[in-house]
Amino acid sequence: MKPSQFGYARPANVEEAVRLLQEADGSAKVMAGGQSLGPLLNLRLAQPSLIIDITAIRELTLVREEKDAIVYGACVTHASVEDRRVPDATNGFLPSVAAGIAYRAVRNRGTMGGSLAHADPAADWMTTLTALGAEILVAGSAGERRVALDQFMTAPFSVALEDSEFIIGIRIRRYSQAARFGYFKFCRKRGEFAEAMGAVVIDPELGIRRGIIGATDSRPILVPDMDACLRPSGEGIQAAKAMIAAMKIADDPVRDGMHANAFARALKQVAQ
Amino acid sequence: MFVEERLDGQAQVKGQGIGARLPRKEDDRFMRGRGLYVGDMKMPGLADVAFVRSPLAHARILSVNIPPSLEGRVFTARDLEGVKPIRAVSGLPGFKPSSQPPLAEGKVRFTGEPIAMCVGPTRAEAEDMAALVSTDLEPLPVLADFSTAEQSEELRVHEEWPDNIYLETKVNKGDRFVLDGAAIVVEREIGLSRQCMVPLEGKGTIAWWDTRLDQLVVYTSTQLPHMMRTGLAECLGLEERQVHVVAPDVGGGFGFKCILQPEEVCVAWLALTKKRPFRWVEDRREHLVAAANTREHHYRIKAFADADGRLLGLEADVAVDVGAYSVWPFSACLESAQIASILPGPYEMPFYACRTRSVATNKPPFTPYRGVARTGVCFALELMIDAIAREAGLEPAEVRLRNLVRPEQMPFTNITGKLFDSGDYPESVRQAVDAIDLPAFRERQKDGDGDGRLLGVGFATYCEQAAHGTTVYAAWGIPMVPGFEQATARVTPDGGLELRIGVHSHGQGMETSMAQVAHEILGVEIDKINVVHGDTAVTPYSTGTWGSRSMVMAGGAVSRACEIIAKRAIAIGAHLLQTTPDQVVLEEGEVRSRTGSIRFQQIAEAWYKTPEVLPADVAHEGLEVTAGYKPKVDSGTFSYATHAAIVAVDPEFGSVEILDYVVVEDGGTLVNPLIVDGQIIGGVAQGIGTALYEESPYSEDGQPLASTFVDYIIPGPCEVPDIRILHMETPSPFTAHGIKGIGEGGAIAPPAAIANAINDALRPLRAEVATTPVTPHRLLAAIAAAAEKQLGKP
Ligand SMILES: Cc1cc2nc3c(=O)[nH]c(=O)nc-3n(C[C@H](O)[C@H](O)[C@H](O)COP(=O)(O)OP(=O)(O)OC[C@H]3O[C@@H](n4cnc5c(N)ncnc54)[C@H](O)[C@@H]3O)c2cc1C
Repeated sequence: MKPSQFGYARPANVEEAVRLLQEADGSAKVMAGGQSLGPLLNLRLAQPSLIIDITAIRELTLVREEKDAIVYGACVTHASVEDRRVPDATNGFLPSVAAGIAYRAVRNRGTMGGSLAHADPAADWMTTLTALGAEILVAGSAGERRVALDQFMTAPFSVALEDSEFIIGIRIRRYSQAARFGYFKFCRKRGEFAEAMGAVVIDPELGIRRGIIGATDSRPILVPDMDACLRPSGEGIQAAKAMIAAMKIADDPVRDGMHANAFARALKQVAQ
Repeated sequence: MFVEERLDGQAQVKGQGIGARLPRKEDDRFMRGRGLYVGDMKMPGLADVAFVRSPLAHARILSVNIPPSLEGRVFTARDLEGVKPIRAVSGLPGFKPSSQPPLAEGKVRFTGEPIAMCVGPTRAEAEDMAALVSTDLEPLPVLADFSTAEQSEELRVHEEWPDNIYLETKVNKGDRFVLDGAAIVVEREIGLSRQCMVPLEGKGTIAWWDTRLDQLVVYTSTQLPHMMRTGLAECLGLEERQVHVVAPDVGGGFGFKCILQPEEVCVAWLALTKKRPFRWVEDRREHLVAAANTREHHYRIKAFADADGRLLGLEADVAVDVGAYSVWPFSACLESAQIASILPGPYEMPFYACRTRSVATNKPPFTPYRGVARTGVCFALELMIDAIAREAGLEPAEVRLRNLVRPEQMPFTNITGKLFDSGDYPESVRQAVDAIDLPAFRERQKDGDGDGRLLGVGFATYCEQAAHGTTVYAAWGIPMVPGFEQATARVTPDGGLELRIGVHSHGQGMETSMAQVAHEILGVEIDKINVVHGDTAVTPYSTGTWGSRSMVMAGGAVSRACEIIAKRAIAIGAHLLQTTPDQVVLEEGEVRSRTGSIRFQQIAEAWYKTPEVLPADVAHEGLEVTAGYKPKVDSGTFSYATHAAIVAVDPEFGSVEILDYVVVEDGGTLVNPLIVDGQIIGGVAQGIGTALYEESPYSEDGQPLASTFVDYIIPGPCEVPDIRILHMETPSPFTAHGIKGIGEGGAIAPPAAIANAINDALRPLRAEVATTPVTPHRLLAAIAAAAEKQLGKP
């Protein structure tokens, strides 16, 4: 379990990183925290010719505040979010999600951009940031572009990035004081990837009612009828459970039940 | 020993002797990261080895294709000329031994079996080469589980065998008529899944040739350095004097590091033939797919009891899936032989019948793991005790109290002839019931957890034969039969002490506890005592560390050696005090007469530095002694314990949280209660792994489905609750200082206690689990099955 040979570059700015990616023509891999890439290299599931370590690019570790959104640099770590060393667009929701990712040692290095680019269906950011309607900022040889996160993941461990492109930031809109967030994941063990997860975001002022089922076998799934799920006094919970179980997400009744129950738990957190 | 009352009424031993709760001396280097493991060693010219492993579970090898550029750096079975296969035999009638070639020959028998080895300047480069070696394999149908293997008419793991069974055993004790009219008959299928052992440090081996001593030197992470010397010499066709084995710091063994691995033989062969240093360090993936499989037992078991829950008898049919090869030195039959002899547990019963089969399959070999067969046996038996309790409408603890061997019966010979040495088994149950506060829990259970979770309590009681000696192992006839255990005690010229023991300490804290035994006798400060272990060149022969034997056996030998030293020190001291030995005592490190005293250091100085002061007839044999030791009765000590767990089960996710965990144990005289606590906690953590998390599943074609820690789950700090330990201390009547073996016990009862607690919680749903690990999936499936059954009922 040792990686095959690779070259290593640590560019100082985005342009240089793009140039290196372009030159490598698909044989390079970007490395941020290395928490997912490291194991892939060791197992030789990834055998890049060049590793482009992006952690020296200062702007990727910064956060830019806009009027109605916050743009997090791709290399902002889970721990920075957890410790509130960066501003929060969600009244405490982002830090609470971050605190539940893996173990502290992983959070110290693992990054938001890396997690989204890795696109593990069971990862926390993919589900919760989809629920928040985040956008991905991408840089590449054709310049910069923005993609809605729900369009970004194409399949498990696959995202819509060209060979010369990489994530430079994540844009999350500012939620109002009235916003409510629910998130529940079921893991076999603390710090382990989830078996089932549900996220719910309600913002009456912004008119948002969104529910997401994560940890599926592929992309996060948008809950079709949130109005039914939000019916009062337990009725909504029952409706959600029935709706999700009937979707047969996992093709296994036991897992289907877990998805339904996980979403119901998230829903309970926002129920008033 | 000096005893002081503590506030809580428990006795606390002062000083450094037997019973003192001292922190471990060796932790100073371990906690500072200064341990020295095989992986830490550096050596000029050291080459690293990577193995090409079989991608298939069962296949004929048509060819191994080595690119010409790698010639001389890649080796296959054809190169290992004269190397003998690993053959672990057993004297049990009908046993079929297997031959395990260090590199596969002719065919491969499990996924991960080594086929070729590649030698590179670094491990990464060796792996690069391994990626370039290809194999032509002709797939054969796979025997991936024990029942397929047992039923297969034609297919054989070992072609020359008539079937796929290493050994079948049958035990029949008592008259079956006692079962007639049994008011309670419960029958279950109970299983433990295959798992790994996952020591923190994997296996590792470095070997080179010492031209000065004309010896093969092998540094290897083993629990049994002296046995490895024998095994390596046999396989390589060397004389044992030509092999020097050192086990340096070893990061956990648990049984896995008892076996001679094919990789060890391969690396030793490289050193022997190339006369250069080579190293192989097992990585985690190799560990999870190609080594150290354990625990997989399948029980069909029937228990008979009267209406009061008194056991009338037990009938069991047990299969152990021991994989492709018989491991050396334990063999493929140790596990099942143990099952047959200990399934009745700590209970009295008039009838017992058991059939066992050790079945060969296309999976990695099975190795006995901490607790050996007892974890499986305890799981099966204790689930049955609870099933009887449910039938009888009694508290499970009460059923245990009605059936356990009682203290007044000790020493007690049970139905399979096991001689229980001492103890009060029922008291361990009563103390566990008190500690867990059963009546209060039953009240709390009615209201549930308030968040929809169901609460349950479970108990498990076992007794554990440890330090089994010559008679037991001679009957099994395996390559390892322990005789007298030896230890060397050597006084240094400045009055310090060196202890040399043939067992190995890899987490057991023996560098401290052995010193405590010596201190008890000689009074030398434990900081002045060095415990040397793990090196065949400087320690006396021993079968090594296994079977919870080291404290009993090596501790006994240290005790004997120190007693002889004491006698000689007394002779010297008396002479220096100008009196006779019968006029002095050895106390607190001094020889004292009524008028004066001589310190131990002065005695050492007299013998080594100023021998002119001593006449020829005083202690002329010197202050260095090797003594042999065996307990008065060598069939083993029996420590015992009751574990109790309270769990909360979430019926929506099938998850289990352990809310409270109590261990009441009796390990005889505790040499160092702090170390014992550590052993228990570590064992319970592993037991929790077996109970809820750890599993090595295989696909129908024999592919391992858990090859990294993403899929192979071990409990972490959050999954292991605070474990409350209560000690009872009944000395063994047979051993020096009354010591019993305790190293493995912690890992025996948790699966049973936790599964019983889960089943107690599931009672309202009429669901029951009977397979480890109790994963969310298994638990939810059990709930769903129970619901379906109830719907089906009219
Ligand atoms: C033991 C363990 C437990 C874990 N548990 C969880 C968990 O519970 N929940 C969870 O969500 N995650 C978990 N993770 C994953 C962790 O969150 C990782 O940090 C994350 O998945 C990857 O982030 P990284 O910065 O380390 O990325 P890297 O490992 O550096 O990269 C991962 C992948 O993304 C690519 N990449 C990285 N950055 C960029 C970029 N800016 N643009 C384009 N591509 C990029 C890399 O090329 C690579 O393919 C766990 C990891 C470990 C080791």
